[in-house]
Amino acid sequence: MATEILMPALSPTMEEGTLAKWLKKEGDAVKSGDIIAEIETDKATMEFEAVDEGILGKILVSEGSQGVKVNTPIAVLVEEGESADDVKAPAAPAAPAEARSEAPAASAVEQVKTPQPDRSPDWPEGTKMKTMTVREALREAMSEEMERDETVFLMGEEVGEYQGAYKISQGLLDKFGPRRVVDTPISEIGFAGIGTGAALAGLRPIVEFMTFNFAMQAMDHIINSAAKTLYMSGGQMGCPIVFRGPNGAAARVAAQHSQDYAAWYASVPGLKVVMPYSAADAKGLMKQAIRDPNPVIFLENEILYGRSFEVPDLEDFTIPFGKARIARTGQDVTIISFGIGMAHALEAADKLAADGIEAEVIDLRTLRPIDYATIIDSVKKTNRCVTVEEGFPVGSIGNHLSAYIMENAFDYLDAPVINCTGKDVPMPYAANLEKHALITPAEVVEAVKKVTYR
Amino acid sequence: MARKPAPAAESHSPDTLPNVSKDELLQYYRDMLLIRRFEEKAGQLYGMGLIGGFCHLYIGQEAVVVGLEAAAKEGDKRITSYRDHGHMLACGMSARGVMAELTGREGGYSKGKGGSMHMFSREKHFYGGHGIVAAQVPLGAGLAFADKYLGNDNVTFAYFGDGASNQGQVYETYNMAVLWELPVIFVIENNQYAMGTSMKRSTKSTTLFGRGEAFGIPGEQVDGMDVLAVKAAGEKAVAHCRAGKGPYILEVMTYRYRGHSMSDPAKYRTREEVQKMRDERDAIEHVRDLLLQGSHASEDDLKAIDKEIKDIVNDSAEFAKESPEPALEELWTDIYAEDLPQGSAEEVA
Repeated sequence: MATEILMPALSPTMEEGTLAKWLKKEGDAVKSGDIIAEIETDKATMEFEAVDEGILGKILVSEGSQGVKVNTPIAVLVEEGESADDVKAPAAPAAPAEARSEAPAASAVEQVKTPQPDRSPDWPEGTKMKTMTVREALREAMSEEMERDETVFLMGEEVGEYQGAYKISQGLLDKFGPRRVVDTPISEIGFAGIGTGAALAGLRPIVEFMTFNFAMQAMDHIINSAAKTLYMSGGQMGCPIVFRGPNGAAARVAAQHSQDYAAWYASVPGLKVVMPYSAADAKGLMKQAIRDPNPVIFLENEILYGRSFEVPDLEDFTIPFGKARIARTGQDVTIISFGIGMAHALEAADKLAADGIEAEVIDLRTLRPIDYATIIDSVKKTNRCVTVEEGFPVGSIGNHLSAYIMENAFDYLDAPVINCTGKDVPMPYAANLEKHALITPAEVVEAVKKVTYR
Repeated sequence: MARKPAPAAESHSPDTLPNVSKDELLQYYRDMLLIRRFEEKAGQLYGMGLIGGFCHLYIGQEAVVVGLEAAAKEGDKRITSYRDHGHMLACGMSARGVMAELTGREGGYSKGKGGSMHMFSREKHFYGGHGIVAAQVPLGAGLAFADKYLGNDNVTFAYFGDGASNQGQVYETYNMAVLWELPVIFVIENNQYAMGTSMKRSTKSTTLFGRGEAFGIPGEQVDGMDVLAVKAAGEKAVAHCRAGKGPYILEVMTYRYRGHSMSDPAKYRTREEVQKMRDERDAIEHVRDLLLQGSHASEDDLKAIDKEIKDIVNDSAEFAKESPEPALEELWTDIYAEDLPQGSAEEVA
């Protein structure tokens, strides 16, 4: 049976090409793998191999022809004894089916998925509380989850025998042994990849980065291997893993060790991103992160590790993702923050209260998913908003929230949203410069006065 | 430890089949032929615009994965790069599912959301399908980490190329894999070209398996155009890993007949070099000769296999053309898992 040879697509972007040269002539026998022509694509001159066997019955497109569309018949292959003239008029070229319909047009910000608001209290009223540091809360959360689930293990640099570079994992090696508390060499991309592979195979690794600055070495596995595999596998390969460690500026450690990655990770679909402020949130969210079937980025803060908070004294206690906490209620302005930014936001709110301005302070707690409903409800009440974070100003969480508020509560705003962020500079070492590079409560107070026209 | 690849003609006498039965040999012939014909068809569909983007064909390298699969048992895991169609077919994934993923259709292994470079199968323990050169190496060690953690005797085949061998994360992984005695076989498919850069233009090392010595990982070089040599080396490596002795490196010397991807004109090597490999070292022809010369199969037997394979491949292409494009709702699914990933609980239990 005669077969048509079609103009091939020879690169991902090729739509047409030049038939530079025929290497076989009419009447020649052609075997699978023979080069029959040279074709110029948008990228290179390619040799075009025959797939089928037969005799080149007729050349339909002569050499030197330019702008030959992909899938145009260029020759006819016949079997012995068959004539090319017997071949019927060329059929319409095969082409992929047209897209069924256009995706509905919508703003990109609008399409960011909003979880249902959860207004339930984090723990029952009257629960007995205990005082503990953020460090102790994180340790207790990991320890409880490791007891609960045999597949949970901790790996990272100095997590075991050294007892943790920041003592988060102190005592865990003694309690769980080296099978489940795994000291790694200094090989971030290597152990992030091994942890991700173990998660794909069904374990629940907690991968500690000594600080998130070093996680940039491992970024490929966090983004390309952990966050995207579920989607790329059509839902087959989940990756239940927690990447955790201190994030953001510590004190006087200069540019390479002082960076807030919140906005980086929060931009990636497939990741969940948590950045707690209080010890209660650190504990409840860490337990939730370990149980979550997805990759979770858990951004801690070295300065907060030693701070003490009230934590519910419950046998088992988790906080769902996508549920903001209203840390302080007020009607004059909404201040939105997360992580250590909350310390500045709350200090500013106290100062503002002394001036007669009552701020509502929202702690986002999770940056992916974000509790947009709580933000919008508050802005509709206060008509003013200031965001507070330590990260760089360009492409910040505050930028995203400003866009979201503008699209969803524009008519309620009495002033532009102001983003308070770290300065647009690498972190300096000198004490005075470092202080100026970081966000301060005074700057938050000033921003609030601006949006309230005081 | 190093072993020079022997020329195919001298490696086995035709009458006696060392280390293999007639039926096994016929199976390898069938498996290799399926990969070759499947890839030729994929190249054809690419040319018709039915397959888009990047498409890396495995033609020429068939004996590597077929030989190693012959050394595997149920439960063993495999992971590889973006040149992955052969690995999927060899571990028993369906030609229809793979081809429909290539055309980006609903019937593909990833529902059309992964494409040529990203397919997976929990059922067949195939963990991808990875597009970033060498990323699959630590991921593969992580799969082995899980098996060791769970205390079973499974091994993982982590395939990568000569190009990936120059990525730093390979050596971080070697170090940890041997430190923790992980049951992983690092399979370096040395096809001698990292895209367009020949091995001698990218390293002063004469062997790649030899780099494992620095970490204390044993290894050897294998003739990758001889499926029986690959199988024998695979069995040795598997035995090492299953015995709890840690990782093993196989540097399998092979050759890809086609360009790096569909848009590669392959000007970095001569047409004669490729033709010489095809004429003198072709892995499928080698098995065909063994079968015919030893009278283990007749021309007619092999013709029947050819027909059987052609039918499977044509059927997969028809399926891949007719399967519908994914529903637009699929854009928004599989970004987050709601529950424990499927399969994990059983594997862990």
